[in-house]
Amino acid sequence: MKPNNASEHALLIETAQDSRRRFLRQAGTATFSGIAVALLGGCTITRAAGTSTASDADDAVAKDVRILNTAVAAEYEAIAAYQVGAESGLLKPQVLKVALNFQSQHKQHAEALASAVRKLGGEAADPKTHYNFPVDKLKSQEDVLQFAAGLERGAVSAYVGAIPLFDHRELSGAAASILADEAMHWAVLRHALGLDPVPQAFYS
Amino acid sequence: MTRIGPWFRVPVCAAVLSLAAAGCGGAPPFAAAAPPPGDPAAGKRVYVRCIGCHSPARNRTGPRHCGLFGRLSGTVPGFDYSAAMKKAAITWNAETLDWFLLDPMEAIPGTSMTFAGVKDARERRNLIAYLATLDADSQACRSVAAKLRKEG
Repeated sequence: MKPNNASEHALLIETAQDSRRRFLRQAGTATFSGIAVALLGGCTITRAAGTSTASDADDAVAKDVRILNTAVAAEYEAIAAYQVGAESGLLKPQVLKVALNFQSQHKQHAEALASAVRKLGGEAADPKTHYNFPVDKLKSQEDVLQFAAGLERGAVSAYVGAIPLFDHRELSGAAASILADEAMHWAVLRHALGLDPVPQAFYS
Repeated sequence: MTRIGPWFRVPVCAAVLSLAAAGCGGAPPFAAAAPPPGDPAAGKRVYVRCIGCHSPARNRTGPRHCGLFGRLSGTVPGFDYSAAMKKAAITWNAETLDWFLLDPMEAIPGTSMTFAGVKDARERRNLIAYLATLDADSQACRSVAAKLRKEG
């Protein structure tokens, strides 16, 4: 699937490609200090903060891969959850349309994140064969929307907790753009549930 | 040694539950240990930060939290742990959770819990106090406990 948000997808991929290429090329050198490589028509990527040796750099790549893969796994869970909601028969047509759009965006997130993992030389997480969702509790459209809202709320917190950890700030920025999208999902779902869509100024 | 239910996999000293922490290699049984200091209700609000990956009763991107206290790290059935967590051999209690939750990736390098941590000590205490409530008697965990007991 081709992402609608090409710049977000491209930023993740280009960041990952460049990081890996640079780490491989620089293996054995004493320092990455001062390295900046042009990306995407003027955007730049600097070395991972704190990396001073090839070993440090490899550790930084491995760490970023783990962070990305945890996000990939969470995105796959969201995709599966929306599928459960879509197939429940509980959603009105207009709501179903919105849900499928949100699912499509989660697919784009998963694809972009997984691509970044592969470009860093890692192996992207696969979807689980089974997700243990509380389907027995989904009896109405409201139940489905609450279930989805809970997942989106959790996703916001997960990205908030992960974004500071990236060694490469460009990955943090790209992940933040995903966070923004999922925060919008949450707000829309809250609105559909009759709740204040944005009940506070800060989230963690 | 015995276990409190097949699900929690908690090694405890038989017949000395109230004193078990002193006699079980430092691993307090969740059923007998004193509740950790902290406000569980406030901790439940902090737990919102965990729900992107965790659930009390279900394995998700992270393992379920029912029965966490007294459990050996990396041992929830059906959850695919990182190699680092499998090797960690930590018994989860108030002390080890406080250490881990401060900075998970620093505490156990290689963990797939890629979360910055709960930096505020009071919030950690409250969160840990909430996690301690997720035992077999808690409403959130009853269904899981019953299911796993049925499975033997």
